[in-house]
Amino acid sequence: MQFNSFSDFIDMGGYGFYVWLSFGATAVILTLLLISSKAGHQQIINQIAKRKQREDKLRQARALRKQQNEQQSDQQNKALNEVTE
Amino acid sequence: MWKWLHPYANPEVAYHFTNKVLPWLSALAAIFLSIGLVWALVFAPADYQQGHSFRIFYVHVPAASLSMGIYFAMAIAAFSSLVWQLKLADASAAAMAPVGAAFTAIALITGAAWGKPMWGTWWIWDARLTSELILLFLYLGVIALHNAFEDKNLAGKAAGILTLVGVVNIPIIKYSVDWWNTLHQGSTVSKLGKPSMSLDMLWPFIFSFIGFSLLVGVIICLRFRNEILARNSIRPWVRNLVQEHTTK
Repeated sequence: MQFNSFSDFIDMGGYGFYVWLSFGATAVILTLLLISSKAGHQQIINQIAKRKQREDKLRQARALRKQQNEQQSDQQNKALNEVTE
Repeated sequence: MWKWLHPYANPEVAYHFTNKVLPWLSALAAIFLSIGLVWALVFAPADYQQGHSFRIFYVHVPAASLSMGIYFAMAIAAFSSLVWQLKLADASAAAMAPVGAAFTAIALITGAAWGKPMWGTWWIWDARLTSELILLFLYLGVIALHNAFEDKNLAGKAAGILTLVGVVNIPIIKYSVDWWNTLHQGSTVSKLGKPSMSLDMLWPFIFSFIGFSLLVGVIICLRFRNEILARNSIRPWVRNLVQEHTTK
């Protein structure tokens, strides 16, 4: 142990400000980086889930439109057939 | 001989492998970092000239050498991605850039906080400090390029070329203290032969250096995982994984 008391430890022989600035800045930067890297996982999963939802919705809309178009053309065909008959 | 490596080039295998490694790596990093930093802050002796300000050394030197090491690793990944078009190499290069930038910033900040009491100035435009600042800008450029294109392959190519051009800066940083007159002291640890340091100071340094390196590994793994998911978002295995995660 290099220090006699806790205040000695904080003071760092007069260099306290510089030593704690270094260790503090390092801790802050690395903690932020660690947290944001870890949170990125869930963020990307949510993004992909959202994109999948959008794609599903588009696919449904397309299927619906196709169905409607088919119904319409069926009706038109029927009408045409009636007229030609 | 290298056949066992081959399956790891598959993104799905690499993703699950990274997931498996992460807890072990994190535990090791926590152990080494806490031992190293407590030793450095409390038990290591004060320097006979620099007093307790010498304790900054235990953060500054690992951060600075890792900032160069990560750049070198990123350059190797960028090279393999450009030459052999390894998609995972590109993902790993993208994962490394922010980590390297963070460690470069730490090296600069702790360096300034050490320079003020020892040299009497926070900053001086000498070779070592300026080339390290350029390294930070290179990292920021690489990060910006990775995010500048919607198409990740194109982005990786652009960022990879910048990375390879920037490699020239690494030997400049490394040897700047020998090539030019500078306030920055020469290396103490990596001198050939015996390091010019007492063992009381060398051991805590070794522990904190290994601890920081492991932490770099942890953060790169976390980011690598994210990059794999983002680049393979249309693959069925990612879709299944997303389903599992969102229905939980």
